Amino acid sequence: MKPIRIIIRSFRDAFKSVVRNFSLSFASIMCTTITLILVAVAIVSAANISNATKLIEDELSIIVYLEKETSEEKIENIKTDIESQSNVEKIVYKSKDEWKHELEDYDDTFDTVLNYLEDNPLLETFVVKTKELNKMEDTANYIKSISGVKTVKYGEGSIDTLVTVFDIVQKVVVIVVIALILVTAFLISNTIKLTIFSRKSEIEIMRLVGGSNIAIRLPFLIEGFIIGIIGSIIPICVTIYGYVILYSQLNGRLFTNLIMLIKPYNFVFQVSGVLVIIGGLVGMYGSLKAVRKYLKI
Amino acid sequence: MKLIEFKNVSKVYKNGVTALADVSVTINKGEFVFVIGLTASGKSTFIKMLYREEKPTKGNVFVGGLNVGKIRNGKVYKLRRKIGIVFQDFKLLPKLTVYENVAFALECVGMKEKDIRPKVMNALERVGLKSKIRSFPGELSGGEQQRVCIARAIVNEPKILICDEPTGNLDPETSEEIMKVINNINKDLGTTIIMATHDKDIVNRMQKRVLLIEQGVLAGDYAKGSYKAHEAD
Repeated sequence: MKPIRIIIRSFRDAFKSVVRNFSLSFASIMCTTITLILVAVAIVSAANISNATKLIEDELSIIVYLEKETSEEKIENIKTDIESQSNVEKIVYKSKDEWKHELEDYDDTFDTVLNYLEDNPLLETFVVKTKELNKMEDTANYIKSISGVKTVKYGEGSIDTLVTVFDIVQKVVVIVVIALILVTAFLISNTIKLTIFSRKSEIEIMRLVGGSNIAIRLPFLIEGFIIGIIGSIIPICVTIYGYVILYSQLNGRLFTNLIMLIKPYNFVFQVSGVLVIIGGLVGMYGSLKAVRKYLKI
Repeated sequence: MKLIEFKNVSKVYKNGVTALADVSVTINKGEFVFVIGLTASGKSTFIKMLYREEKPTKGNVFVGGLNVGKIRNGKVYKLRRKIGIVFQDFKLLPKLTVYENVAFALECVGMKEKDIRPKVMNALERVGLKSKIRSFPGELSGGEQQRVCIARAIVNEPKILICDEPTGNLDPETSEEIMKVINNINKDLGTTIIMATHDKDIVNRMQKRVLLIEQGVLAGDYAKGSYKAHEAD
């Protein structure tokens, strides 16, 4: 019973003091809001960049063109050879007829030209997916050297550089997100420290009249939590509305069809969840840190 | 029955100042003891050790069976719940009413709401402030604020009441009233009182046991009624 009473009282006191010390609480809330908006922007960008990189990487594959008139046995041998490469994730045989149908569907001109010819002029192929993009070139060169392979074709140079750039950007953004969260923690904990500094005497008296450390900390912990949660409301609205509007304005893509944005639903809610958690945790951390100093009396 | 015991207690502060040197003394249950001495004599250190604001550098301090120097920071509340402390500067919370200030001590301990009310009213009646429960500390006189502080100190029914210069900020007449309240607590409730003061009039008039601390040493332990302050002038 006693612990429950202490918890109930802590909630009551926490709400009371958020209201009673409103100007200071407000400062903490605004500080949380501003930093969390930055965090939200960083998270959204990071997620989108990593998503786009993945999509592009998925689409990049090596196409292996085989010599004409290669026997089925040899094709099988080439397949095993390619499969034995450690960087190869998947290999699919794609016959010239399949290519023909695909091209016909793609463009009517091809359709006419290909039908004009008696024989299918296309080559039998393998479509090879690699595990690591960086080693794609080496793998491609190796496959080229296998006898019976006429030529290989893989991601055009521009896409290659794009992916490299994305890779770097992605890493940078992750670092920025982490740094921002740390800065948020620091800023919020400092602001909350100010809030609590004004109540130093209250903590002192609680200690002197025999309040246990847990009973003293709890209201402040909850107060920090409340401040963090309230502070995350505006960032969440900005994330949800901002991203949905952005997505529909850009038709779900950035500059080209290559960079597809993440679909807003569920994604914005996930980001919101992360923001609430960051806000609450950082708020609690800040107040714990601030109270600890005064628990020595 | 021994309630408080100092065994060869010394206190040296980090800056090298020796506040107390080899002090040994026992205080029994129900006693009323004055601790006197000049400023910087070690009197404050003596008092602060009773509620573990300071820990002894050497020796042991026992209060109600607890070895004060050995209590961990997180367990200090166990000691503080056995004692009540009255401060020179009152230490009241300005945003709480008189009632709330006294109830605060019980809420910190996690007592039930319905048990708190009668105890608070009882304590406030004892100090004669029942009519002012809804006032804020800022609306009260110094003497009244000190009485709120006493009420808060005794509301938990402690065995020991520690008073650190409770009349230091008050005029003689008000001091007189406060002393009456404290003396009644000692008589009616049997609470052991330890009071630091440098008000010689009070010490002379009350005729209680006196501990004289000079330059960190226990210079005199005068039994009830045997101390006259004129010699210290």
